[in-house]
Amino acid sequence: MSDHSNSHSSPLKTYFAVWASLLVGTALTYYAAKLDLGVFNAAVALIIATTKAMLVVLFFMHLRGASEKLLKLVVVSTLFFLSLLLALSMADYGTRLWS
Amino acid sequence: MSDSQILVESQGGSHGPHNPALLHHFSTEQQQKDSADLGMWIFLATEVMFFGGLFCAYLIYRRWYYGDFAAASSSIDAALGGTNTAVLICSSLTVVLAIWAAQTARRNLLIVMLILTMLFGCVFLGIKAKEYKDKFDEHHVPGASFSFEHQPIPGHPGEYANPVHAEIFFALYFVMTGLHALHMIIGLGLFSWLLWGAWKGRFTPEYHTPLEIGGLYWHFVDIVWIYLFPLLYLIDRH
Repeated sequence: MSDHSNSHSSPLKTYFAVWASLLVGTALTYYAAKLDLGVFNAAVALIIATTKAMLVVLFFMHLRGASEKLLKLVVVSTLFFLSLLLALSMADYGTRLWS
Repeated sequence: MSDSQILVESQGGSHGPHNPALLHHFSTEQQQKDSADLGMWIFLATEVMFFGGLFCAYLIYRRWYYGDFAAASSSIDAALGGTNTAVLICSSLTVVLAIWAAQTARRNLLIVMLILTMLFGCVFLGIKAKEYKDKFDEHHVPGASFSFEHQPIPGHPGEYANPVHAEIFFALYFVMTGLHALHMIIGLGLFSWLLWGAWKGRFTPEYHTPLEIGGLYWHFVDIVWIYLFPLLYLIDRH
């Protein structure tokens, strides 16, 4: 409870800073796609997108100040199962020599 | 836990004997709020897996038909997609400001922020409709009238995209952005209900859980778009 009220004592500055960073990240994504970075184009785009998603989850969805640790467990297990889905599928389709 | 219980009880004492929003099967307001939060995060976990299957299909086909995907992606207006990303980010800001307004008992600001959020949501859907209309005019919608002949593959002069493979890109494009747009429409419905509650003065610094839960949903939909934008609009743009 005290943790909760502390995190909301002066949140406006944080909110506007996160908002500005998200807009800068969007512009970065747009212009980075115009550069020829070879195979790294996709990596750069995904790194920027993941950074933006983390900013939204931690500050806008208040996961950073969450008093309930179970929430963090839910988020970690979501990411685990999503990466299981993507990694195992790509490990299969990515290594099929005959296709 | 006992600390927070005492705190809640002492707060309850200053605002009256019992907060009417506290349901009888919860012992404290904090426990009731934590339960609602946990339920919403678990729902969002199922949503991540729901969209995850589509992202997985996208990754597999993109790997197989990279050139065709790049050609199809280049036919979409990236400036519209970028504008929509900015619009959604602004709507996420107005959502957190709405919650802050409820926490600090600013009813008028809360109502203004909820209306702004819904306006941004409508602007997003309007731009999306314009984008879909362009695709219909260009016959880029999968189906009987689909046509994607003689479209050059970026970075490979003299080579043209295979229309069958490009059609797969557009199928994924319409399903993923369409499902996302459906979530936006549901979000607008949720926020109309929140606006009604805010108008009635239902939300107080002690009780505004529906706003926080609705906000979690809105931010999740924003995050899905943050990934959709570079993956669908920005393949091989240089």
